[in-house]
Amino acid sequence: MNNLLKNSIWVLIAGLGAAAVGGIALNRGESINTLWFITAALCIYAIAYRFYAAWIAATVLAVDETRATPAERLDNGRDFVPTNKWIVFGHHFAAIAGPGPLVGPTLAAQFGYLPGTLWILFGAVLGGCVQDMVTLFLSTRRDAKSLGQMARDELGALGGTAALIGTFAIMIILIAVLGLVVVNAMKHSPWATATVSATIPIAMIVGLYMRSFRPGQVLEASALGVILLLLSVMGGGWIDDNPTLRTWFDYEGLTLAWWVMAYGFAAAILPVWLLLAPRDYLSTYVKLGTITLLAVAIIMLQPTVKMPALTQFIDGTGPIFGGKLFPFVFITIACGAISGFHALIASGTTPKLLSNERDIRMIGYGGMLLESFVAIMAMMAATVLDPGVFFAINSPAGVVGKEAVDAVAKISSWGFPVTVDQMQLLASQMGEATLFARTGGAPSLAVGMASIFGSAFGESMLALWYHFAIMFEAIFILTTLDAGTRVGRFMLQDMLGNIWPKLGETSWTPSVVLTSGLVVAGWGYFLYIGVIDPNGGVNILWPLFGIANQMLAAIALCVATGILVKSGKLKYAWVTGLPLTWLVTITSTAAWEKIASDNVRIGFFSAANDLADKLAAGALPPEKAAVAPQLIFNLHLDGWITLFFVTLLWLIVFDMLRVCSRYLAGKPVLPLAESPHSPSRLVEDWVRD
Amino acid sequence: MLGKFKEFWRVVRRLSGDDAYERYLQHHAEHHQADTPLSKEAFFKQWQDEKWNGVKRCC
Repeated sequence: MNNLLKNSIWVLIAGLGAAAVGGIALNRGESINTLWFITAALCIYAIAYRFYAAWIAATVLAVDETRATPAERLDNGRDFVPTNKWIVFGHHFAAIAGPGPLVGPTLAAQFGYLPGTLWILFGAVLGGCVQDMVTLFLSTRRDAKSLGQMARDELGALGGTAALIGTFAIMIILIAVLGLVVVNAMKHSPWATATVSATIPIAMIVGLYMRSFRPGQVLEASALGVILLLLSVMGGGWIDDNPTLRTWFDYEGLTLAWWVMAYGFAAAILPVWLLLAPRDYLSTYVKLGTITLLAVAIIMLQPTVKMPALTQFIDGTGPIFGGKLFPFVFITIACGAISGFHALIASGTTPKLLSNERDIRMIGYGGMLLESFVAIMAMMAATVLDPGVFFAINSPAGVVGKEAVDAVAKISSWGFPVTVDQMQLLASQMGEATLFARTGGAPSLAVGMASIFGSAFGESMLALWYHFAIMFEAIFILTTLDAGTRVGRFMLQDMLGNIWPKLGETSWTPSVVLTSGLVVAGWGYFLYIGVIDPNGGVNILWPLFGIANQMLAAIALCVATGILVKSGKLKYAWVTGLPLTWLVTITSTAAWEKIASDNVRIGFFSAANDLADKLAAGALPPEKAAVAPQLIFNLHLDGWITLFFVTLLWLIVFDMLRVCSRYLAGKPVLPLAESPHSPSRLVEDWVRD
Repeated sequence: MLGKFKEFWRVVRRLSGDDAYERYLQHHAEHHQADTPLSKEAFFKQWQDEKWNGVKRCC
């Protein structure tokens, strides 16, 4: 009886989920409520977690709860500490959830709500969650080794090097594109610039508080910081109202880009306790708080989605970025569906805390499900806006025209009516001078969030909500920026240390300054080009980031598939093999189109040639002609980088296939690097506190 | 109700690292009774520097 009841509940969930997905997918022309999305997401997650994840854990990975984890065996009270599963879940989720799942779905909403939503749901349950969980499992069985180390041990030197280069490359491009998102959010917005700048001294105050004033009082210091952040949102509004003060914070994109670079450099060489650590605390609280608030507001309000299911831009003519639905929706939404970066966290800190293998499903698979849900909410925040408004905010001036009148005419001609008055009213409600061509996703997400929060918690404070949302995005983008620059610096020092050991010393100041400078110059270059590009830069950088992130995911899945085959589990290798095949397909197709397409909005080389021809013919306006040579060089560079990524990807795929076929043919391969079984001594519900 | 709140507060302290020093003292008492433990200030410095080595944040 009990079993029957359980089964019928799951049948009910399956039916409800199918109805919700069907409703979302088949609905045409009628407006659809966001509640359908939430229902579809929750049902799919529940079923995937209950059945697919449980099956993978029990049968494919054969997790063994009697086996001691690295946290237990190597417990040192510092980084290896057996920890309660909810605490590990909290740490893991805070580490994997960054700005990616907010920006990607916002950009991909140009195809309509349907493609992005389906990819976020199915990509996560079949790809992203599997990748995170399997990587966490493999690292747990290998003394919490990193992805690069596992690739080297299990596949060979090529795999290890590819993982290292992939990580470094993705870091550079990720920071550049996130920097661009922040710059575009602050451009000519004194309020946003003042608030975002204030987060730096606030982080320092918090850092000093917990280092010197009240050492170790993390929560006290953080509470102080969160209060100061909220005050800075209001203070920004006050500055914006003051005619003299506001000019101090009113900058061109390029000036702001230089400031962001200077900040990144300073953050990489300053001690962590002063800026990076306190900023990370603040961004984690603000992030968790805001995401919860957004979920509550959406559930309370149940706004209606105004974007159609599919737009005409699936044919590749979209204003935000060029390229057809396939493969570009899968490249644009990386985090939220599948993100290679997670494999670095799942093979880094998390396995050092895991007290029992049985929690791998909840932390690896469950953590990614929650991130996927964040992406669904970002998709909703983008699609509850009037499509005309959404496109007016996100379309670069190079596509729709610099003048407001031209832009609204062009956007209305696509069938998404919008007027100058409407945009002006919205901008003044949000406390901004203009919302036209505010590319990068952050402003439109902030408008979406502000309208949701405003309707749920009070319409009168729209401008405050908008700038709160901008602060929320900026604070953790800047955290990723400093943390990434620092990690890049360590990696570079490690690599250069092979050439000249002195450079590898992480505390030798000249080396610190040199390598930090090189890393900042790396991402600063792409940020600079992104800012001077009249088409907005996001158009170029985001696909490059997507390709890099999916390439890293493919490397993680290659390692996983190789290990499954070597463990004699060939019949289950499809669990990671299928998402791998899909990733290789989309990454290669996207890379091929970015390299070879003769459409100037997609192909890097054709865009470079087109620009060079126009420059030679004198057909460019003077301000565009001045930057054209740099843009042409950059387009060539981007083309070569894409080619490099895709070559690296295929090298590692072939390396994995080589190892697998040797194993299957009975030839010698590198042995499994799994650490030997030792029984766990921790009792059932044991928790360290 | 109060128990629930206490439990929640414990989780918050644990997640944020607010109780890191208490946990260190406990670990120290269990495993290294011979030497004197670090002061709260010295421990916190070390803890913070260690925590920030390596990839900590994602996109």
